[in-house]
Amino acid sequence: MSTPPVDDPRSASILEPGHTFASVTDKISSIVLARRTPRFWWVGFLLAFSLTMWLFAAIGYLLVRGIGVWGVNVPVGWGFAIVNFVWWIGIGHAGTLISAILLLLHQEWRTSINRFAEAMTLFAVAQAGLFPLLHLGRPWLAYWLVPYPNTMALWPQFRSPLVWDVFAVSTYATVSLLFWYVGLIPDLATLRDRAKRKFFQILYGMGALGWRGSAAHWHRYETAYLLLAGLATPLVISVHTVVSFDFTIGIIPGWHSTIFPPYFVAGAIYDGFAMVLTLAIPLRAVYGLEGFITLRHLQNMAKIMLATGLIVAYGYMIEDFMGWYSGNAFEAYTVHNRLTGPYGHYYWALMLCNILTPQLLWFRRIRSTPWILWCIAMVVNAGMWLERFVIVVTSLHRDFLPSSWGMYQGTVWDWSIFIGTIGFFIALIFLFIRFLPMISIFEMRTMVPTAEVAGEPVPAPGRIEGEV
Amino acid sequence: MSASDRRLPVIPAETAPEPPRLDFEALSRRLEAERGAGHWRSLEELAGAPEFREALGDERFQGAEGFDRRDLLKFMGVSFALAGLTACTRQPAEKIVPYVRQPEEIVAGGKPLLFATAMTVSGLATGLLVESHQGRPTKVEGNPLHPASFGATDLFGQASLYALYDPERSRTLQYLDEIRPWTAFLGTAREAADEERATRGAGLRILTETISSPTLASQLAGLLHDFPAARWIQWEPAGRDNARAGARLAFGEYADVVADLAGADVILSIGSDFLSGGPGSLAAIRQFAARRRPERDRGPMNRLYVIETASTLTGANADHRLAVPASAMESIVRDLAGALGVTAAGGGGGAFARFVGALAADLKAHAGRSAVFVGAEQPSAVHALGHALNAALGNFGRTLRTIAPVEASPTDQLASLTELAGDMAAGRVSTLVILGGNPVYTAPADFEFGGRLTKVRRRIHLSLYEDETSALCQWHIPEAHFLEAWSDARAFDGTASIVQPLISPLYDGRSAHEVLAALAGAPESSGYDLVRTFWRGKMAGDFEAEWRRALHDGVIAGTVSPDRSIRVGSPPPVVLASPATSGTQPGDASTRGRPTAAAQGLELVFRTDPKLHDGRFASNAWLQELPDPITRLTWDNAALFSIETAKRLGIAKEDVVELGLASRTLRAAAWIEPGLPDGTVVLNLGHGRKRAGRLGSGTGANAYLLRRSDALWSASGLSVRKTGETYPLACTQLHQNMEGREIVRAANLEEYEKNPGFVHEKEKEPDRALSLYPEYPSDTYAWGMAIDLSACVGCNACVIACQSENNIPVVGKDQVRRGREMHWLRIDHYYGGEPANPRHYFQPVPCMHCENAPCELVCPVGATVHSAEGLNDMVYNRCVGTRYCSNNCPYKVRRFNFYHYSTQFRAPSMRMLANPDVTVRWRGVMEKCTYCVQRINGAKIDSEIENRKVRDGEITPACAQACPAEAIVFGDLADKESRVSKLRRNPRDYGLLSELGTRPRTTYLGSIRNPNPALPEPVRTDFPHTELDRETGQK
Repeated sequence: MSTPPVDDPRSASILEPGHTFASVTDKISSIVLARRTPRFWWVGFLLAFSLTMWLFAAIGYLLVRGIGVWGVNVPVGWGFAIVNFVWWIGIGHAGTLISAILLLLHQEWRTSINRFAEAMTLFAVAQAGLFPLLHLGRPWLAYWLVPYPNTMALWPQFRSPLVWDVFAVSTYATVSLLFWYVGLIPDLATLRDRAKRKFFQILYGMGALGWRGSAAHWHRYETAYLLLAGLATPLVISVHTVVSFDFTIGIIPGWHSTIFPPYFVAGAIYDGFAMVLTLAIPLRAVYGLEGFITLRHLQNMAKIMLATGLIVAYGYMIEDFMGWYSGNAFEAYTVHNRLTGPYGHYYWALMLCNILTPQLLWFRRIRSTPWILWCIAMVVNAGMWLERFVIVVTSLHRDFLPSSWGMYQGTVWDWSIFIGTIGFFIALIFLFIRFLPMISIFEMRTMVPTAEVAGEPVPAPGRIEGEV
Repeated sequence: MSASDRRLPVIPAETAPEPPRLDFEALSRRLEAERGAGHWRSLEELAGAPEFREALGDERFQGAEGFDRRDLLKFMGVSFALAGLTACTRQPAEKIVPYVRQPEEIVAGGKPLLFATAMTVSGLATGLLVESHQGRPTKVEGNPLHPASFGATDLFGQASLYALYDPERSRTLQYLDEIRPWTAFLGTAREAADEERATRGAGLRILTETISSPTLASQLAGLLHDFPAARWIQWEPAGRDNARAGARLAFGEYADVVADLAGADVILSIGSDFLSGGPGSLAAIRQFAARRRPERDRGPMNRLYVIETASTLTGANADHRLAVPASAMESIVRDLAGALGVTAAGGGGGAFARFVGALAADLKAHAGRSAVFVGAEQPSAVHALGHALNAALGNFGRTLRTIAPVEASPTDQLASLTELAGDMAAGRVSTLVILGGNPVYTAPADFEFGGRLTKVRRRIHLSLYEDETSALCQWHIPEAHFLEAWSDARAFDGTASIVQPLISPLYDGRSAHEVLAALAGAPESSGYDLVRTFWRGKMAGDFEAEWRRALHDGVIAGTVSPDRSIRVGSPPPVVLASPATSGTQPGDASTRGRPTAAAQGLELVFRTDPKLHDGRFASNAWLQELPDPITRLTWDNAALFSIETAKRLGIAKEDVVELGLASRTLRAAAWIEPGLPDGTVVLNLGHGRKRAGRLGSGTGANAYLLRRSDALWSASGLSVRKTGETYPLACTQLHQNMEGREIVRAANLEEYEKNPGFVHEKEKEPDRALSLYPEYPSDTYAWGMAIDLSACVGCNACVIACQSENNIPVVGKDQVRRGREMHWLRIDHYYGGEPANPRHYFQPVPCMHCENAPCELVCPVGATVHSAEGLNDMVYNRCVGTRYCSNNCPYKVRRFNFYHYSTQFRAPSMRMLANPDVTVRWRGVMEKCTYCVQRINGAKIDSEIENRKVRDGEITPACAQACPAEAIVFGDLADKESRVSKLRRNPRDYGLLSELGTRPRTTYLGSIRNPNPALPEPVRTDFPHTELDRETGQK
């Protein structure tokens, strides 16, 4: 196996040379179908699972005692819960972007990463979805946000962005799930055919919905997949736009700003790609998937991070500029307070994480060194969390009347639930890589040179030279 | 639902309840004369007693004549129904005046009734009207007919209701911690009386607080008559000994001075916090605030000068405030007296010559239209000088009048307590009866009262709570709350009131009357009998009618103390002499309470707490959680340092400091308060209780531990040592700086008159058309509120009134520190100007009921909605608790139930506290000021029954009703003639943050001060100081 020189990304392919249809299928499906579960999987999974259990314990405590176990107060009515919600939703974005927009843009390098990026999206949205429920004072009444016919003839209050959130997030979760599942069907059929044990044959068989690989199946699959991609594409933009409305509709200085939608979307993609890298780099190392998730993938993702990071930086800049330019004393104070107030260190940490650190990605050497890339991705993950913290907390804690200014700090239960969702997320990822193919087998097969050499029409849209 | 409407009119006296006396001679004569089968139902009838005939005349059941079967059944039905009713509530058995138009309303359970009663603090009464829902008192209001109330209430009156239902009140009579019946105590009382009688009461001591109750005083006099060698000692830790001594110096006898500020153009307070807590403070606020409005509708604006040490509410409202160390006070007053020609001495330069000169000139220019107040803390010589100043200015007879002392027995309380302490130490006391008060906690530290108390053989303590004193007494008798027992009391001007109970004692409490009666050997006499017996014959005219009138009105007609024509003699030479040359022999009346010259170190100043007074309210959770009007601290006191002093000593907020005074030390948390004189540390009394129940114990530092009998109010030679530890304090307002924002808009009178529109100068209210949403139709009432910041003195009464009316829970210190206090109405306090002597601004902030409310827009479930009348309604049932509305509220007036705070209303007694007209909120629900929507709807229902519109003034929210300054006006903005509409047209009217386009329905009238042009004091609302803003660990 000869590896192309790392300093020439152009020559880095999206599939290691030497792979055949069979080898691709073997390599990916063996991870799922191996009888023995690797030791590191058990270690990682149990760790993540215990965090998950802690999450449920913390949720139980929260439900029994009330929202008071968190650090929220008046004036800071939203704290970790909303910060985490926005953060997780943002993380999900990369998956949708990779699977839908890059698909439509014929970026075929997405093929090796779209499956687990989509899984990541789903699992992140699942975490995100917990928070709007849990942060309610009376979570058992959350369904009142949904417009359902009832004897009281009461509807939600449609002017509230929280109602828009319900639609945006639930649509997003549904489309993401469908998209992911539809994409899985041919692979589930492969697994069904390759599974040795009856139980798995039946299990995967049910999931495969009777897929036999006929031309009609492929035709319908292609149509459905493309349609779903078309549906998912606006969602990439809309979900985080709507999430940002939670703030922009508010009157609070630091929230009430038209710049939020684009800057939130860019931030979401930024963070999403950071999370894909965070997951992909260890995965390709432990499962030996360097042949599928090549340096070229990592480099491309790093470039997207750099680009979106710059958009985000521009957002920060404009936010601060507007604080001054608006001539509004409240806005100006909010900016001043962000920079120099009691949460100033959060702001400067955010600048370090989200603006300074990613500048390293200008260097090819760094882009093509996975462990550095992983570190940068982690820093960006943290930075994006800080960004949401700064937006939510520093705006609220000092608004119009100094008499009601206050401070906010997460309590042990805030942290428990936050870290717990990270554990839950990782646990789901572990289950996913153990039971489902983390890379799309059938799409990877189209990357095998023979797929082209034979001159057959390839199922996936044609290959386009060049990079993102 | 104005207060007086719900009281019944006085009706003529009913039958005399006294048993008719039988004339047995007439009876036998009659029997002899009788022929045939005469029937008689009782000896009374037989005797033909006129009372009996009269009673028959009044009764419906006059035998069977004219009474058919149907009527009988009807009456039986009614009787049974009513008999059932009596079982529902704990009605006192004595006759309190019932509602006149009673029947169906009571059955329907809708209308509460109001009863007049009175509450005493330090012996002086404030008249109250107490709302009763089916026999349980639920809300305290002021009595408009009472001279110390004028319909307003102070926070103590409002909070007294909490004490009534406080689950931590003492519930059982105990002997050595064992529960005993009242009869067991009666045995002891008899035994003690017998024993003491042998020595004519030489070993008997009765210790009370200051007493103004005529009945109690007559009982005490009777007891002292029976036991001539016994002693009655009064002890009030925040007492007026110095004032009494000063009056004696000036007038040659004890006298009280009563002010009428309506005629006062210039007011000088020498360390007197006459606007808060003191006797007659409500009347003072009413009269003072009436002339704080620049509209001149009640005379030109008055001007207030305050010379003080600690920052008080009075100082905060001053036009000119001079902060001086306690030790320097007397010399300044001497300078002033010199400048006014009262004394030959003084009048010399001094550090404050300019201030004193301008003040003297102003006072002179307003001779006869001014008033000088001297605080109870000031030494007697200053009181005497104050009287002399008033006399020289010709204020007596105009703004001030002297009356005979209101208290029953004015004495030198400290001297008599000293004597008691000596007697106890010497074993000369065999029976000590402590009626109320908590001397173990409040007695000067050098008396070692607790230790000496245990040398008394028989110790009996009557108190509302089991406190420090109860712990050291063998007998503890639970005291009846004033809403549970009959008594009487006099107001600051002498007006007497009957204290009428509304409910029978919840825990078999006894009143001081009953305990004294037991000692006097008449245990069967109830408080009711005693009070009635006392007043019988003392009321002019028909007693029953007058008694009923007194109960109804809450005042006894004709009891105002008459003016006493006292000539103010020229003060004795010892007062005129400078302190350095005058003798300082202890006990000399002229040097009473004079601070010893500061040798070295700092000065410690004690003051009563604005919330807990002398500590008696420490168990009251409402008051504990109420923010201090200036420091905004809750649940604790703190050693207060000026910014400079704190800087010099390296002390930050929440540092624990050790205060050393002579050989005693006390650890207290430090807090920084601008405006204190440098070198002075202020410590409020009343905190640091050891036995004040679960809530009141261990909050703050016990200042009494440093308070010696020779330095009751201030002490020099204080050492302060940083311990390096910190103690968390719960403050509700961490920022008292307006940050240059137009929050409280203020001007001096001169500027205002030049530019009446100053409040709108910097305002840019957006165009109404900018809103995306259509306007709400306005074809009905449009409720609105106007709050006059010129009138508001920041007394906090409205906050407690709101808490009481709206079932607002107490959340505790930890939750307050987390920023989760629940007060619907808060009073913001801001500093402005120089940190060394800042201006203070108060701003009550209820919900603004914005016409374009940011909260309504963002609620996803429509739990906060706009009513047709412009109210911003909160639908608790519908709230899911996103807290988005609170985030989006620019005024941050919304309060959230982070925990299930309302569980405190589950305690059986606390259930009775809750206002049945207001929902008790559940966990996870948002709440906020409703403009007392229950009162609005009550008035609307009344008006609809009568087919008319609600009249202006018919609806008074709890805050407005309590407000002694009449600063809060509520009404219908659609009615152009309503008071609130008129205030809307006032040029001072502005909307807080109206530049946001919220269009608040609550608006403010700009704050106007009236400084002396000779002492220019520019208006400053900025406060260029950051030390205060440093974050503590608090959220």
